[in-house]
Amino acid sequence: MTMTDRARADRASADTGPGDATTANEPDSTWRTLVRGLQLTPELRTGIGRTLLLALVATAGRVVVPVAVQQTIDRGLRAGAGPRISVVASLIAAAGVVVVITAAAAYAMNVRLYRTSETALAALRTRAFRHVHDLSMLHQQAERRGSLVSRVTSDVDQISNFVQFGGILVVVSLGQFVLASVLMFVYSWQLALLVYACFLPLAFAIRHFQRRLAAAYSVVRRRVGDMLGGISESVVGAQVIRAHAIEARTGERVDRAIAANFRAQVRAQRISVLTFSAGEIVAGLANAAVVVVGVLLGIGGHLSAGRLTAFLFLVTLFVQPVQIATEVLNEAQNAIAGWRRVLGVLDTPPDVADPAAGGRELPQGRELPQGRELLQGRELPQGPLAARFDHVSFSYPGGPEVLHDVDLEIAPRARVAVVGETGSGKTTFAKLLTRLMDPTTGMVLISGVPLTEVRFDSLRRRVVMVPQDGFLFDSTVGDNVRYGRPEASDDDVRLAFIELGLLDWVESLSEGLATPVGERGESLSVGERQLVAVARAYLADPDLLVLDEATSAVDPATEVRLQRALDSLTRGRTTLAIAHRLSTAESADEVIVVDAGRVVQRGPHRELVAVPGVYAALHASWMSQTRSG
Amino acid sequence: MLGVAVREEPWIFALSVVGSALFAAATVGSAFVIGQVTGRVIVPSFREGRTTAGTLALAAAAIIGVSVLKVVGMIGRRLGAGVMQFRLQASYRRRVTRQYLRLPLSWHHRHSTGELLSNANSDVEATWYPIAPFPFAVGTIVMIFIAGAALVATDPVLALVGFCVFPAVFAVNVVYSRRMSPRMTRAQQLRGEVSAVAHESFDGALVVKTMGREAEETARFRVVAEELRDALVAVGRVRGLFDPVMEALPNLGTLLVLLVGSVRLSSGAVSVADVVSVAYLFTVLAFPVRAIGWVLGELPRSVVGWDRVQRVLTAGGSMPYGSAALPGGGAAAALAVEGASFAYAEAPVLHDVSFDVAPGRTLALVGPTGSGKSTLAGLLVRLVDPTGGRVLVDDVDVRLLPAGALADSVALVPQTTFVFDDTVRGNVTLGADIDDAEVWRGLRLAQAERFVAALPQGLDTRVGERGTTLSGGQRQRLALARALVRSPRLLVLDDATSSVDASVEGAILRGVRDAPFPSTVVVIAYRRATISLADEVIYLEQGRVVARGRHEVLLTTTPGYRHLVTAYEQAERDRVLAAEGEVVA
Repeated sequence: MTMTDRARADRASADTGPGDATTANEPDSTWRTLVRGLQLTPELRTGIGRTLLLALVATAGRVVVPVAVQQTIDRGLRAGAGPRISVVASLIAAAGVVVVITAAAAYAMNVRLYRTSETALAALRTRAFRHVHDLSMLHQQAERRGSLVSRVTSDVDQISNFVQFGGILVVVSLGQFVLASVLMFVYSWQLALLVYACFLPLAFAIRHFQRRLAAAYSVVRRRVGDMLGGISESVVGAQVIRAHAIEARTGERVDRAIAANFRAQVRAQRISVLTFSAGEIVAGLANAAVVVVGVLLGIGGHLSAGRLTAFLFLVTLFVQPVQIATEVLNEAQNAIAGWRRVLGVLDTPPDVADPAAGGRELPQGRELPQGRELLQGRELPQGPLAARFDHVSFSYPGGPEVLHDVDLEIAPRARVAVVGETGSGKTTFAKLLTRLMDPTTGMVLISGVPLTEVRFDSLRRRVVMVPQDGFLFDSTVGDNVRYGRPEASDDDVRLAFIELGLLDWVESLSEGLATPVGERGESLSVGERQLVAVARAYLADPDLLVLDEATSAVDPATEVRLQRALDSLTRGRTTLAIAHRLSTAESADEVIVVDAGRVVQRGPHRELVAVPGVYAALHASWMSQTRSG
Repeated sequence: MLGVAVREEPWIFALSVVGSALFAAATVGSAFVIGQVTGRVIVPSFREGRTTAGTLALAAAAIIGVSVLKVVGMIGRRLGAGVMQFRLQASYRRRVTRQYLRLPLSWHHRHSTGELLSNANSDVEATWYPIAPFPFAVGTIVMIFIAGAALVATDPVLALVGFCVFPAVFAVNVVYSRRMSPRMTRAQQLRGEVSAVAHESFDGALVVKTMGREAEETARFRVVAEELRDALVAVGRVRGLFDPVMEALPNLGTLLVLLVGSVRLSSGAVSVADVVSVAYLFTVLAFPVRAIGWVLGELPRSVVGWDRVQRVLTAGGSMPYGSAALPGGGAAAALAVEGASFAYAEAPVLHDVSFDVAPGRTLALVGPTGSGKSTLAGLLVRLVDPTGGRVLVDDVDVRLLPAGALADSVALVPQTTFVFDDTVRGNVTLGADIDDAEVWRGLRLAQAERFVAALPQGLDTRVGERGTTLSGGQRQRLALARALVRSPRLLVLDDATSSVDASVEGAILRGVRDAPFPSTVVVIAYRRATISLADEVIYLEQGRVVARGRHEVLLTTTPGYRHLVTAYEQAERDRVLAAEGEVVA
């Protein structure tokens, strides 16, 4: 299990294909994505007015030179009796001051833009991160974890690239485009129209190119995903690849994915180059037309030489934004895709919501006058906890029902074992009880409180599950045990191990509690990881402990010891153990037998084993496996 | 590094540099055409109030001609540079993944998955990122030299203006890259940290959720996200200053040209055409000179990426292979382990382990959690080599076999299973030439036939990352089928049926024992039924062989062993005794 999880988790692919929750929906229009994105990132709009004002000033700097050229030629150089240096000098000095001022404005604008956008995007990252944790297990399935990581990393980076590179360029280029147009019309409306006539076909061509480019880039993104998938197999599947000596085959698979990515990249580049070239050619044509028509206009006395020369500069200023637009649109395409994916996460409602979450979202210090209790959720009552399944059924979205009308009660302090064949629905049981998922129909109650009304902080403190996959954080054994109770001292942790009868094991580790467990705990064996996970839950001291095959890879002697420790120490605590090995069932107060999604038998081991039925059969098989020989 | 790029892709590099140079020359040329058109066409015709069609046509042709040259140059440069960058990236990604496939597992153990993936992806990308603007930068330098020469030819005094502006441009570029490098490096490093925190946190989502630690995890993430934000703002400050300065410099240069040009014009040293062309030159240069800064700014990131890629490519310690041949034929293999020891980093796991298994026999490896059983299983199929001692299959040291030879004869079913993003068939055959009948036979032996037949597309059902989700038990059976379909002469099962039910496990093990191919089996197990199928048992404790013999014998001679395998019975007996005690009391 863990190996595949790693494979998935490490896929930093942008699009993970049809299974991806965030791409499954019909993609929103670009505009809607932008509007929605800005809505969800209000920080991005802070001080936008002043930033735009600075941008306008900065843009003015772009047209200083053509105006200066025109003025110098018309008023300084060709004004009647030869050059007038004093006029030129004062013109240039004024222009110089404007250049410096506009540069300063550009600097101020840049800094504001960087600060605002990075602050906004850091907040967006954090919000998306939190939201991923708030989503139910259904959305957090291992398959999607890798792409969830890219939601808070590369996708946000793409937005950031766009806002800073593209955002500045869009604003400034637009300003430049408008200013250049205005000046052109002021200098000569005839020539301005001419330039527009030259560029009109280009505008259409660029739309066409843009569409092809967008298609090409979306192919690139898919190929990148495939390629990363291939590469991650060669890393994560290292053991299997060596065990079966399929290095050559794996290598070829990766090569194919890399080559496909290369071809897609080159194709996109070709379209991009064509688009850019078209702009350059049109600029040349426009300049030539301006010279020809301008001279004819000049001869007719409709135009000064300075204005015509300035026009040539203006055409350059005019064509730049058009060319840049195509580049920016590429970036924008990526950014929009990234944004759409981040929004896809944020817009996925947590189907298992914390009733207190409404309170968390409120600004600090704001009181809720009405419906306060509902918004803040309820606390679980003090003391040992009972559990009740009230006609509970469950099916995964789009799947068949896996639990059918389960209706039962678990008394406080009871030690209950749930047994059944693989795929019978035992684990679903545990997930519903800990509210990792909500039932499709029916209701789960703990000590009379419907789970959906219990505040998460109360629920998680009082009800703890130990999953089969003993995931550990890359830290020490001690820190991992402390995870649920960070204030616990080393002595507390040691005491927990002593009480669980695991002190020998801890002491056999090279550095005891300070032993690093490695990435995902992989420096420890699978069974050892489970020991740490049990200790972690034990130290958290819940009132209802749910063990989901928590010791499946631990040796029998250790398991029995652990079981015994948990039994003797769980007085006052309710325990529900999903059991794979029936040894757990033998010592439980009550056994719940699940078969094909239904509870078929209940009762103490001794009674159940005596009557023919599912349990007796399971037990006989278990006995033959563990006792024979 | 740039040298490497040039050596590896000389033709494309040449194309892009020639393209750049052409583009540069055409850009400078366009300034002169504009100047000449102004001086020779516009000014005279405005003065004289007339012109000829020929003059106008010539001017238009010159303008269009020079822009065509510019476009040709640009296409060459951009296509060349792009293809070069992508090709180098693809080539290095291939090399890095080949290296991953070649390097031994012990090397893999020392590196985190995230690190290896970013080596192959973002580090390779960062390494070759500056390659695309590089020819452009080279072209720009060419452009500046041509411009300088043109300036001197036009007017030495105007040239002086240029010689003030160009060095200033270089100085700003150098200052920029100096200030940028450390900031970029820091931002890059923090990006890695943000990603690492997210990876780990999402991987442990179940633990985070069940322990209710979402707020704390978010706080942990916020810390790195905000550090990254600060680092990126610091990058932004430098870049935010650089861009306007780089834009203002050529503008100020143009203004200076106009001023100096006017003075020179009044003394008759230059013409209007000269002044206009020099002014225009500065305008068209404004954009390209920034490319130099871009290259210099990306270099530190690139260097860091290159170092990390090189660490992978130069990593030594690949598994040595020999050319010995396994005898055997179709018969079951003989296995011997002689004084094998193994240590991960400095932590010893196995000490002087020796045993042998005769062909066709079944050996059970038994020991408490953490006693080194899985490590030993890895040694048998040569996933790792022992730090001391040796492993012999059919009396041949496995290190003397050629690559791939051992895998033809032995198969391991590991404790944790890996499912490829492929069909069921692909996952079983792993690309080998195995027909469907044999695939089904393997699935049948692994007790996987029923669930595979129930999948929507049978053998063609896609499983793994983007396919149907399989349960833990189903994965294990698929992995088992993968091994069995190869009719291995030595089969190593590392707790390979821990996720399947006792009854299914029994069926699997009987199937393996009665398989139509002769096989030696090493099985790691806790269940007594499994162990009792073995002809012999090796009992390990803390990496040492404590006892060896038949199961029944070890039960009586080895207390640790008895304690381990009879734990469940013992527990039940204790319970019964306790219950009777209660009754008696």
